[in-house]
Amino acid sequence: MSTNINIVQAPAGVEGPGFFATSIDKMVGLARANSLWPLPFATSCCGIEFMATMGSNYDLARFGSERISFSPRQADVLLVAGTIAKKMGPVLKQVYLQMAEPRWVIAIGACASSGGIFDTYSVLQGIDKIIPVDVYVPGCPPRPEQIIDGVMKVQELAKHESTTRRNSPEYKELLASYGIE
Amino acid sequence: MSNITEINNEIAEHHSTLANQSTDEDYTILNLGPTHPATHGIFQNILKMDGEIIKDAEQTIGYIHRAFEKIAEHRPFYQVTPLTDRLNYCSSPINNMGWHMTVEKLIGASIPKRAQYMRVIIMELARIADHIICNTIIGADTGALTGFTYMFQWREKIYDIYEQICGARLTTNIGRIGGLERDFNDEVYKKIKEFLRDFPKALTEFTALLERNRIFMDRIVNVGGISGERALAYGFTGPNLRAAGIDYDVRVMNPYSSYEDFEFAIPIGTSGDTYDRFRVRQEEMWESMKIIQQALDNMPHGKYFADVPEFYLPQKEDVYTSMESLIWHFKIVMGETDVPKGEVYHSVEGGNGELGFYLVSDGGRSAYRLHFRRPCFIYYQAYPEMIKGSMLSDAILTMSSMNVIAGELDA
Amino acid sequence: MSEITNEHLLSRLRAQFGEFIYNESTPYELATIVLRKDKITEVLHWLYNDPEFKFQFLTDVCGIHFPEAKGAELGIIYHLHSLANNLRLRIKCFVPVENPSIATITSIFPAANWQERETFDFYGILFEGHPDLRRILNVEEMDYFPLRKEYPLEDGTRTDKEDQYFGR
Repeated sequence: MSTNINIVQAPAGVEGPGFFATSIDKMVGLARANSLWPLPFATSCCGIEFMATMGSNYDLARFGSERISFSPRQADVLLVAGTIAKKMGPVLKQVYLQMAEPRWVIAIGACASSGGIFDTYSVLQGIDKIIPVDVYVPGCPPRPEQIIDGVMKVQELAKHESTTRRNSPEYKELLASYGIE
Repeated sequence: MSNITEINNEIAEHHSTLANQSTDEDYTILNLGPTHPATHGIFQNILKMDGEIIKDAEQTIGYIHRAFEKIAEHRPFYQVTPLTDRLNYCSSPINNMGWHMTVEKLIGASIPKRAQYMRVIIMELARIADHIICNTIIGADTGALTGFTYMFQWREKIYDIYEQICGARLTTNIGRIGGLERDFNDEVYKKIKEFLRDFPKALTEFTALLERNRIFMDRIVNVGGISGERALAYGFTGPNLRAAGIDYDVRVMNPYSSYEDFEFAIPIGTSGDTYDRFRVRQEEMWESMKIIQQALDNMPHGKYFADVPEFYLPQKEDVYTSMESLIWHFKIVMGETDVPKGEVYHSVEGGNGELGFYLVSDGGRSAYRLHFRRPCFIYYQAYPEMIKGSMLSDAILTMSSMNVIAGELDA
Repeated sequence: MSEITNEHLLSRLRAQFGEFIYNESTPYELATIVLRKDKITEVLHWLYNDPEFKFQFLTDVCGIHFPEAKGAELGIIYHLHSLANNLRLRIKCFVPVENPSIATITSIFPAANWQERETFDFYGILFEGHPDLRRILNVEEMDYFPLRKEYPLEDGTRTDKEDQYFGR
């Protein structure tokens, strides 16, 4: 019988009766990619589109993001949806700092990516001024399909990331450039 | 009066006698926000609590201040419409229409009836969309997530209708100064008729889930109440004011865009508590559907835009063939049109109340001063008074029932 | 609409406070007066309690800046609404930029509290007697009043935008 449920492809490895051998990187990457728990940092209009993405029509939960977490300690992906004003910047940084490694950041919408249509004295022109961003989803607001595409890109990043990346000197240098220890 | 409410009141009384004996150092300071799963938007409340009872609240807003009023002074009039989208983004068409009507009042344009009826349909759909969010979020905050999941599907149907009309889902930029950019095509009529046919069943189901639900009522009856006089003093408008018993609706008091042609009721509550706000919004959704049905049945024939060549882009065929149309096209896009000098105040009934636009023009390409009278900003001041003496969970419900949208709060 | 006409409203105001009203007009059918700033609380009290008018709803308070009007650069604009009579009124008061202060109206209308804070935040107008006059929408440390005409829209401290690509 045909079904439209796809099982995730197993990574390359040696298979035998009752065992499967592959590298740790690939197993860990597979597990992480398919269970990303988002922290919706929804500030404005993009937040409503995020709510529509979590709704039953577009359903982000299919991608492993079933449990959205508002506690940074328990979240994997920080989804910044909406304009970040300069007043909110320190709050965003504090939330980012409280997240445990590995953590990814998606900037949803034009305002989070670059300040959007608000080139004013009070709006932070892109969250990458204060925290490192992995994926930018353009749009004002982006359609739910685009948000899902952004999450899928983070899934790709997570699947192929080496387990030692977070301790590497390049990563530490990246964080140091933002003033994060 | 249910048992739980009586127990609540007993505890509150007991605590207030304790409070009279205790000093300031005995209170807990609890920080609610700015990022909090239950405050739907980013605003901060620092609560002074005596155990579970809230004694006082100090509010901080401005976490999403985007300086709309300053931006509007640097943009031509038609470029302000996308800004108004992002005020109350749950019902952006109402903001768009309000802005267009303000500019039309300034230039003295008279809009044909057909365009006015089309605007009414779009605005009432937006009102339904806004109330869907507010009521389902009240349910979700009490733990009833089913209503949220079921009803959000109907917001998708409304998004489908918007997409047919203007191409966008949420921040619509619908309409133009002088009317609408294109007529409703057959798909739009088909989708609206399907919506009017199928939504009543879903709304009845949602009502049956929550409205007389024992647990829901116990949580929100007599919670976060405000009297009519205090509400008026605080400048409340919209469903929050009507729940307190005052029947002020801008559509009835200062009708705009042919609202006087339609027959609809204004639901009002009695005690101004969260339950009344929930009920008022439910009833308003039914009334909005009635208005849309009447507009569809009586849709007049005619043009869908006014004769204002300085603001309304000419048809593309004319731009390619007629010199005058080409010049108008150029002038409008470059923002070189002449606007009369003057000041005008126009208000529409938004999802949250009287959304006002105060426009001062000095004849230039941009507004000299544009001020948005934002209902959320004005009635959110009353929040500390409304939650004094209630518990933390009641404070959360009061906030979600007031429908505070961060975009409209901070502008 | 309402039985009370704008002319009647303006004539009664003129009769009561004639020497303090600098200008009156009815742009787009909304009665507007320019009032001397120190009379604002008295006029609002009178309008609130007058049995015929009953202007008991404050619609809006906002500010405005006219840099060319020397001696009256900053304006405070009040929109009032009489719900009982369906009548609206706009009152404008102007203050000089060297001494931009006017009495607060929060004792009459609690709704004015945050609106006066917003006007202070944007224009620097000081409301005497306001219970808590501090910035509301901008960051607390901001040291200028952004909506005044001499300040630009964009953030002057940016280093990453090439002016030539943005037409500046």
